[in-house]
Amino acid sequence: MIPQNLRYMESHEWARQEGDIVTIGISDYAQSEIQDIVYVELPEVGTELTQKTEFGVIESVKAAFDLYAPVSGEVIDVNESLLDAPEQVNESPYDDGWFLKIRMTDPGELDALLDADSYQAHIEAEHA
Amino acid sequence: MKRTPLYQVHESLNAKFTEFGGWEMPLQYSSIVKEHLAVRTTVGLFDLSHMGEFEVCGLGANELVQKLSTNDAGRLTDGRVLYTLFCNETGGIVDDLLIYRHADNHYMLVVNAANIDKDLTWVETHNNAGTKIKNVSENTALIALQGPKSIDVLNSFVPERDVSGISFFRFAVDEVAGIRTVISRTGYTGEIGFELYVPAENAERLWNVLYPAVMEADGQPVGLGARDTLRLEAGLRLYGMDMNDDTNPFEVGLGKFVKSKNRQFIGKRALLAQKKKGITKQMIGFQMLDRAVARAGYAVYQDGEQVGEVTSGAPSPSLKCNIGFASVTFQTASDDQKIDIEVRGKMHAAKIVTVPFISPGT
Repeated sequence: MIPQNLRYMESHEWARQEGDIVTIGISDYAQSEIQDIVYVELPEVGTELTQKTEFGVIESVKAAFDLYAPVSGEVIDVNESLLDAPEQVNESPYDDGWFLKIRMTDPGELDALLDADSYQAHIEAEHA
Repeated sequence: MKRTPLYQVHESLNAKFTEFGGWEMPLQYSSIVKEHLAVRTTVGLFDLSHMGEFEVCGLGANELVQKLSTNDAGRLTDGRVLYTLFCNETGGIVDDLLIYRHADNHYMLVVNAANIDKDLTWVETHNNAGTKIKNVSENTALIALQGPKSIDVLNSFVPERDVSGISFFRFAVDEVAGIRTVISRTGYTGEIGFELYVPAENAERLWNVLYPAVMEADGQPVGLGARDTLRLEAGLRLYGMDMNDDTNPFEVGLGKFVKSKNRQFIGKRALLAQKKKGITKQMIGFQMLDRAVARAGYAVYQDGEQVGEVTSGAPSPSLKCNIGFASVTFQTASDDQKIDIEVRGKMHAAKIVTVPFISPGT
């Protein structure tokens, strides 16, 4: 259920590392809790992100939710298709629903994130 | 937090809950969009048992409701429902509510959940004739069926009559699946529908009878999330969001529910003066021109100057754009007039549109 190859934040963002490029999105659990995503606001290519700080917003019918950067670095790609089809985050949170690709500045920051098992435990604790 | 008699039913349906006016209520069962569209196309089943009900009866009841109501309660005949406001001496809205006339000197008032205590005090304070006022909120459950298929669904449980014969804003007392029910042709969705008042101990029985029929009709149980988007599309104001004790009816476009000719009611003097003087703010409907969602509290600008704020705002599942109500200080407003709304520090363009956003069914 929870992909083993990703790292997670307690705020439910995931990070997929490929060399020094990190792709980020939100977990299946997060999208199912938020439901009906209607709007995604993302930074532009070239923006510098800092780990654990806000970089964007997703909105459901009911409310807006802040997004937090799993790692620091420069935004090198943005999933522009979400602007017209934000529902992809609901339909495919780990693939088509990705948000950004970041060139990370400090690979050591990934160690501060949760692995799949710890994230699973975190969800269970939050849901209890 | 208070819970309705149907709390466990919602839990068994895996509802997500939310706090509303001191109540723990279902926010959604499946998805707000899905539930919303079910009401527009088939039928939705709602638990609205958090709403407050007062029985007002006996000598002086006619005069009491007339004295409190901005709309003319004297026009009510038995079996009719009136949408009205209570206003205070300065014209501020105490609550918006429904008045049901059962008989001469016998009424049921249906008030907002968050205002039950305030309204009860208000009614009691003005009861000079010893009229009997009973808060029956705890003993009364309210289940709503809303949507084009609500007539068919309800008819299958009411053998003695065709419920389509109950006109908009009328009610009948009859048995639904053997349960004595106030069947009211009212709602808060802009669709054909019914609100069913039953004793709290029968709530679960009534729900369990209706639920399978609703599902069979491709309907959904509907939470407060979709109730909010449905009422917004239908142009219906929400007390506590779009109006409060400091808002007068003209400022929220509810002036047509102030009937001052040949009658006295609390707030009349202030309201007549305000009407004469002209309002300093008005409510408009708007539609965003991009995908940004304007929510309550966001600032509204015109030509670079702040002119008001959003009071209700959400994505419209039916129209597939973002809509809302705003309270603004400018006096003239025409369709397609442009405004800007600040969303997280950035200006987003919107245009003024006519309310209601959808054409309602009754």
